[in-house]
Amino acid sequence: MEIFLQQLINGVTLGSIYGLIAIGYTMVFGIIGMVNFAHGDVFMLSAFIALLLLLLLTQMLGLAAAPAFVVALVASMALTALWNFAIERVAYRRLRGSFRLAPLISAIGMSTFLANFVTVTQGPNNKSIPPMWDQVIAITSGGAYDVTLSYKQILIVAVTGALLAAFWFVVQKTPLGRAQRACEQDAKMAALLGVDVNRTVALTFVIGAALAAVAGSLYLLQYGVVKSSDGFVPGVKAFTAAVLGGIGSLPGAVLGGLLIGLIETMWGQYFGSDYKDVAAFSVLAITLIFMPSGLMGRPDVEKV
Amino acid sequence: MTALLSITGVTAFYGAVQALRGVDLEVGKGEIVALIGSNGAGKSTLMMSIFGAPRVRDGKILFDGQDITHMPTHEIARLSIAQSPEGRRIFSRMTVYENLQMGAAVAGYAGFEANLEKVFAIFPRLKERLKQRGGTLSGGEQQMLAIARALMSNPKLLLLDEPSLGLAPLVCKQIFETVKRLNEQEGLSVFLVEQDAHHALKLAHRAYVLVNGAVTMSGRGADLLRDPKVRAAYLEGGAH
Repeated sequence: MEIFLQQLINGVTLGSIYGLIAIGYTMVFGIIGMVNFAHGDVFMLSAFIALLLLLLLTQMLGLAAAPAFVVALVASMALTALWNFAIERVAYRRLRGSFRLAPLISAIGMSTFLANFVTVTQGPNNKSIPPMWDQVIAITSGGAYDVTLSYKQILIVAVTGALLAAFWFVVQKTPLGRAQRACEQDAKMAALLGVDVNRTVALTFVIGAALAAVAGSLYLLQYGVVKSSDGFVPGVKAFTAAVLGGIGSLPGAVLGGLLIGLIETMWGQYFGSDYKDVAAFSVLAITLIFMPSGLMGRPDVEKV
Repeated sequence: MTALLSITGVTAFYGAVQALRGVDLEVGKGEIVALIGSNGAGKSTLMMSIFGAPRVRDGKILFDGQDITHMPTHEIARLSIAQSPEGRRIFSRMTVYENLQMGAAVAGYAGFEANLEKVFAIFPRLKERLKQRGGTLSGGEQQMLAIARALMSNPKLLLLDEPSLGLAPLVCKQIFETVKRLNEQEGLSVFLVEQDAHHALKLAHRAYVLVNGAVTMSGRGADLLRDPKVRAAYLEGGAH
């Protein structure tokens, strides 16, 4: 029981991070119908930016951990957003009117480029930060095993919840969100109503990258290490989360992330961690076969 | 009369197919101009090419004296031209209210509440359906919403593509009356594309006949209504 509870906490933590990445997939897919396969690597890049800044600020400039993390987080969000903005501009925009596979191939190219760039400049091995905020709250004690909840885990889940609420509000209630949804449904009509479609798409990439950077920084904080190949597997898992939740749906992305995080963690605990990735990806296949529109995907109601 | 919209020598293509072959057309300030023609004559293409989608290959489009031929679509919309397009193009996963908000966005929501009251007065049906998703409306209701959405931006020029399509005759009549009233009371300029030539010609001050992507006739609406060639092609047999 203690172990189950502990894995539940761990799974929700991991799932929150997947959820934050999945929002980026789902928003971009929603608006231009394209899977941005470079999104996982954008996540990895953001973790590296946070890592470098964190080391610089704490080890060389002697800043305390908390302000250093905040600075690293904000800087990582800004730089990653800028990077994703540039990717959209250079690699995707011109291909938007082209056949569907073209931007996809371009995205895979971007993903390869990014992973290799970081490998060349940072090396292929794990890079780590010194442990920060290791305080934990003991939930049970005296049993065979102490179930703990760390401050970091609370932070991760709280940040995910707050960001989801904020973005839900933006998308549902603000002119920017309406313009975004309008572009999703009928970009040409949106343009007829004065919406700058290119700008709206660019903004979607910027927001997606900023969220991925939050995920990347939190991932680094929680697990302490990152390596250049970390874009791929977490990236594809977050994509799985987006599909499971119903691609295009914001709450679906986070729900899917939580489920994938839980499935992976629980499988690792009870069936051995060798096959935990297989379990997560089986979910992708099963979802696509039996429930292509996902858990919270919208059934299209349209009268002609 | 000063021209609000002036189209000269416009040609447009869909791939290799030429849809417009040198169209000249003008809409004056405070005028209702109708464009009639059969299916596939290029009426909707002309309507959309005013917004640069598709881009015209040759020719020039001026709005209020400004050359808009090569302007991006959204910037043209910001000059206060509103369109109720072919196929209505309602945002089906947005509520009626949100669709109306989308229409008002380009004008910075200026006079939003007043405009809302105005379109509710014209289409009381929309008020009942306010929280409903656009996609769940009937065809006629969607048509009303498309027109209402266009009116939400206080346009200087209103482009209406087949406003009568899919509407019951009574609602259709009501829409034409509304257009007339907005024109007379608020000086709204209207450019109207219609298959229902009879009603369109009765409503319009002036009209053009489009055949195979070229204007073959133009004149006062009332004159065209009496023209034997127009009568034979567009009015008798078929239309009301």
